[in-house]
Amino acid sequence: MDLSYGSEMEDFRDEVSSFVESNWPIKSVEGEEEISFERQASMFRERAIEKGYLYRSIPQKYGGSEQDADVIKAQIIREEFSRKWAPAEARGIGTMMLVPTLLEKGEEWQKDRFVRPTITGELTWCQGYSEPGSGSDLASLKTRGELQGDEWVINGQKIWTSGAHMADYMFCLVRTEPEASKHAGISYLLLDMKQPGIDVRPLRMMTGSSDFNEVFLNDARTPKDWIVGKRGEGWTVSRTTLKHERNSIGGAQQTRSALAGLVKLAQESELNGRPAIENAEIRQRLSVLEGYVKAHQYSGYRQLTQDAKGGDAGIINMMMKLFSTEIGHQVSGIAMDLLEEEGLLSAGNSELGSRSSSSQGWIAQYMYSLGIAIAGGTANVQRNVIAERGLGLPRDAAANRSPGK
Amino acid sequence: MNFDLTEEQEMLQQSLGSLLENEMPINRLREVFDGDTGDDPDLWKSLAELGVAGLAIGDTYGGAGLEILDLAVAAETLGYHCAPSPFLGHVLAAVAIEAGGSEEQKKKWLPGLATGDQIGTIALAEAEGRWQPEEWKLAASNTISGVKDFVPSGRLSTLMVVGLEDGQLGVVETRSDGVTLEEVDGADRSRRMDLVTFADAPCELLANGKEAALRLRNVGLVLCAADAFGGSQRLLEMSVEYAKTREQFGVTIGHFQAMKHQLANMALDVEPNRGLYWFSAYAQDHEPGEADRVASIAKAHITDRFMQVARDAVEAHGGLGFTWECDVQMWFKRAMFDRAFLGTPSQHRSRSADLASW
Repeated sequence: MDLSYGSEMEDFRDEVSSFVESNWPIKSVEGEEEISFERQASMFRERAIEKGYLYRSIPQKYGGSEQDADVIKAQIIREEFSRKWAPAEARGIGTMMLVPTLLEKGEEWQKDRFVRPTITGELTWCQGYSEPGSGSDLASLKTRGELQGDEWVINGQKIWTSGAHMADYMFCLVRTEPEASKHAGISYLLLDMKQPGIDVRPLRMMTGSSDFNEVFLNDARTPKDWIVGKRGEGWTVSRTTLKHERNSIGGAQQTRSALAGLVKLAQESELNGRPAIENAEIRQRLSVLEGYVKAHQYSGYRQLTQDAKGGDAGIINMMMKLFSTEIGHQVSGIAMDLLEEEGLLSAGNSELGSRSSSSQGWIAQYMYSLGIAIAGGTANVQRNVIAERGLGLPRDAAANRSPGK
Repeated sequence: MNFDLTEEQEMLQQSLGSLLENEMPINRLREVFDGDTGDDPDLWKSLAELGVAGLAIGDTYGGAGLEILDLAVAAETLGYHCAPSPFLGHVLAAVAIEAGGSEEQKKKWLPGLATGDQIGTIALAEAEGRWQPEEWKLAASNTISGVKDFVPSGRLSTLMVVGLEDGQLGVVETRSDGVTLEEVDGADRSRRMDLVTFADAPCELLANGKEAALRLRNVGLVLCAADAFGGSQRLLEMSVEYAKTREQFGVTIGHFQAMKHQLANMALDVEPNRGLYWFSAYAQDHEPGEADRVASIAKAHITDRFMQVARDAVEAHGGLGFTWECDVQMWFKRAMFDRAFLGTPSQHRSRSADLASW
């Protein structure tokens, strides 16, 4: 066991650190107009790509920096960038989900056309997976795609589509082979959102704001070759996972800063006329929470180590989402108690990810922690995965009936 | 960054594991658990031959000169097998003497402990749960008088490291005049304990006892955490195995989602703690700034989770789980020991909160 990064990596850290130091924030030239934050961020990203610090797994011809996979370097870059609050990779669903899929399964022209503008943020995407009748059982989806001449004509409905109201394009799963079995009848299509056949209606979340939508597709059209992979391969394509520089410690860093935020809240709040942090029960609850947070942190270290040496950390990989979800519930639960009567307030206008320590930010977090438990596989689905794939218990009988697992 | 065990540590774990499988299979464990002494002298001999007795004792004194992480890896494996042995008290006594003894004292005691010919233990707890060095009241002198409770494997031991007033440590040879032992009716029959009464018993103060007492406490906490991790892992495996074999309604109960979710939750109480116990042990030798806090956090968290997993394991085994006949009860009681020995989870949570200056 050796928790240092080694001298070569410490040299790399120095290099990254001094790069960030001298490039962020972008300094305006005296007497000239101040550069907007967005402009500064994109200037900084260009320089960081040039140095090989961002979009490391993306080939240069598509706008990436094409570096060999190195999880330790990737981790050092994340640490040094976040230390100075410098802009990291744009984290849209297009960058996170579509780009890796295209790089692995896409046609050359698709990569040419879509990858660069997606990572620069010029093109934004939404993900058309869930349907009203197909949640955890996603492969039962019913939205139909029919080839008419040179075009796919798509009819159906998608739901929980985050960002659909702002997205330029959608990548979606559509049933194109109605005769084929459940999983083998699905194709992965790309679709222009700005067309008459698409109707986006916002859904209001329990927090009061609207990030996700229903998307109705009525004879929506897309060119025949806007398909990733072959017809009927969509299920497999959607499960493409690249050997990426997986952000394994990232989640643990988030729970650590959540704990730190909570301690700060306890220091600033009062209970019975004394700082809440002095309250024995609050101290106990924070300490219980810290046990989980530390376990999360060192599990992240284990993943990072195994990723770096091409090993497998095992069942812990299946647990990280559920584990951080449960920590999130504890964090926001304690926060609600610290807020006392301010827990009567609404979630206000706080947005997800805002690090505000105001009451309404915590209340929004209290609600969002449930959204996180549901999005991308509910907690109960995670438990099934741990039990079936991790512990080797029998697969669910109903799931067994469906082919193409 | 290499947050993983070394090959040597993995090999230690494997050879210790197969030794325990051979010499302490579950039917033999049950005999010892239900027997009079709670011990198997042959097993201790084998452990000593493997080098477990002197694992962290310096090589100048005949030990293997390894680190606390190596001790913790051994503790995990012993917990996994619910192994009855004087390991815990023995290695803690050695850690204390190594950290606090004068050169002469180390030469006097460590070689015997390293071979396992001498068996050490620790006598720390005083009335009202005074486990901690800051709380000890037993007067320090060349002869001591007073009482220490919950001394693990007291009657097997040949010497004991005793916690004294002002956070000092002394060494008492168990068979001296003025030392009487009386078995405590402990729940964990794989690690018996004694109530020890000293009446003008000869005692030799350790030269740097105060410092050594702090290390002794931390390492004790870490080893409880490691034992708890190993024990909880075993209970999870036993429960999964049971769910794969026990049939109801014509199928194994592992088909039912209620069981799957219970077992998944148990797994979530086990696996994430592996890295936490590793780090808490590693910190004792390499991260002095974090050693105190993380020892308390690991002990509080992992022993608490072990207890919960043990409760879940009883439930997962149905009516059988509540019987003496079911093996789960032995680990349940191991969990009770790990949880309460050296202070409860809530005491250690208070300590870690205080140390954080919250």
